[in-house]
Amino acid sequence: MKKLAGILTTVMALSGAVLLSAGAQADNYVIDTKGMHAFVQFRVKHLGYSWLYGRFNKFSGDFRYDPKRPEASRISLEIDTSSVDSNHAERDKHLRSSDFLNTDKFPKATFKSTAYKPTGKSTGELTGNLTLHGVTRPVTIAVEHIGGGVDPWGGYRHGFEGRAVIMPDEFGIKMIEQLGPESGQVELFLTVEGIRK
Amino acid sequence: MLKNTPTAYGSVAIVLHWLTALTVVGLFALGLWMVDLTYYDAWYQRGPDLHRSIGVLLAAVVILRLLWRLGNPRPTPLPSHRVWEQAVARGVHALFYILLLAMFASGYLITTAKGQGISVFDWFILPATITGIDNLEDIAGDVHEILAFTVIGLGAAHGLAALKHHFIDRDNTLLRMLVPRSLSDGSNGE
Repeated sequence: MKKLAGILTTVMALSGAVLLSAGAQADNYVIDTKGMHAFVQFRVKHLGYSWLYGRFNKFSGDFRYDPKRPEASRISLEIDTSSVDSNHAERDKHLRSSDFLNTDKFPKATFKSTAYKPTGKSTGELTGNLTLHGVTRPVTIAVEHIGGGVDPWGGYRHGFEGRAVIMPDEFGIKMIEQLGPESGQVELFLTVEGIRK
Repeated sequence: MLKNTPTAYGSVAIVLHWLTALTVVGLFALGLWMVDLTYYDAWYQRGPDLHRSIGVLLAAVVILRLLWRLGNPRPTPLPSHRVWEQAVARGVHALFYILLLAMFASGYLITTAKGQGISVFDWFILPATITGIDNLEDIAGDVHEILAFTVIGLGAAHGLAALKHHFIDRDNTLLRMLVPRSLSDGSNGE
C-alpha cells in the first residue's frame, strides 16, 4: 500500500513537473527541514498571566512560489504531532495524551492551502485547510515574504513567515474547559525556508 | 535485636519491610488520584510534588534495604515450607526489588527526560541525566503505569500468601515479619 502510494506520488509529481515546465514559471520548493531553516511554533496564554511557547520538531512540506504570480502560491505541510516540545517532559507527555493532541490516535496534523491573496508588496493572506485532532477546518494565515535568492552553496531559496490564530476547541481539543478561558486561543507561527527543487 | 539472625528478622529489616510496603501502597493511591486532578485544583501541583518527593526518598530506602540485606544473614525458611514454596517466595522477593527499582527509574525519567531535575520537598534537587531521547517521557510513563499495577498485584498475592500461612497453615511466616526475635518452629509460637 505504502509502495503504491509512493509510486502514485512520484507519477503525480512527475506529471506535475512536466505540466509546470510547459506552462507557468512557478517553482517548487521543499521546506528545508534537513538544515532546519523552518519552524512550527505556537504560543498560548498561561492562566492569562504569561505566554507559553512551544513548537513541533518534526514536520515536512513543500510549496510553490512565483514572484511574478504570487497568487498562484501554494503550500502543503505535514506535522508529526508527537514531536510537540514545550521544553518540559511532563507537560509534553500531557499534551500528547488524549486530554489534548491525542497523538496516538491523531499522529499527523496537515495544512493544505487553497488560495493566496497578495495584500502588499511582500505580504498576503493564505487560506487553506488545517487538519488537527482529526478535524479539518479552514484557517487563514497572514504571510510575509522575508526574502529569497541564491544561497552560497549553489541552491536557490525563498523564505516566508506566517501567523495564524486558531481555537483548538473548534478542532475538538478542550482547551477552555481544561485550562480556562484565557487559554482558548492558540497563536501559530510558521517559518519556512524552501530550497528550489 | 537490630540485625537478622539465622532464625529471625531483625527490627531494621522488619521496619524497612513495612515502611516500603505502606509507602508503595500510598504512592500508588496518590498516583492514581493525582493524574485525574483538573488544572485549577489546589492539588494539581502539590500531588505530583508529593509523589515525586516521596518516591525519591523511597528509592533511597530501598537501596539501603538491599545493602542491609546483603550485610545480614538471611533467616532460613521455615521447615514446614515445601521446596517449591521456598523457591516461589525467593523469586517473588527478587521480583519485588527488580520492579521497585524499575519503578524508580521510570518515574524519574518521566520528570527528567527533558532536563528538568526533581525537587525533593524543596530540600534538594535530583538532577536529570538521560535526556535527548525522543518521547522518552511517554515510554517511561507507560512503563511506570504498567509496573505500578504489577507491583500492587504482586503485593496483593504476597499479602494473601502471608495470611494463608498464618491462618490456614498456622506457621510463623507472618509473625517473623512482625516480631524481631526467634519463635518456636512450626506453630504460632503459643
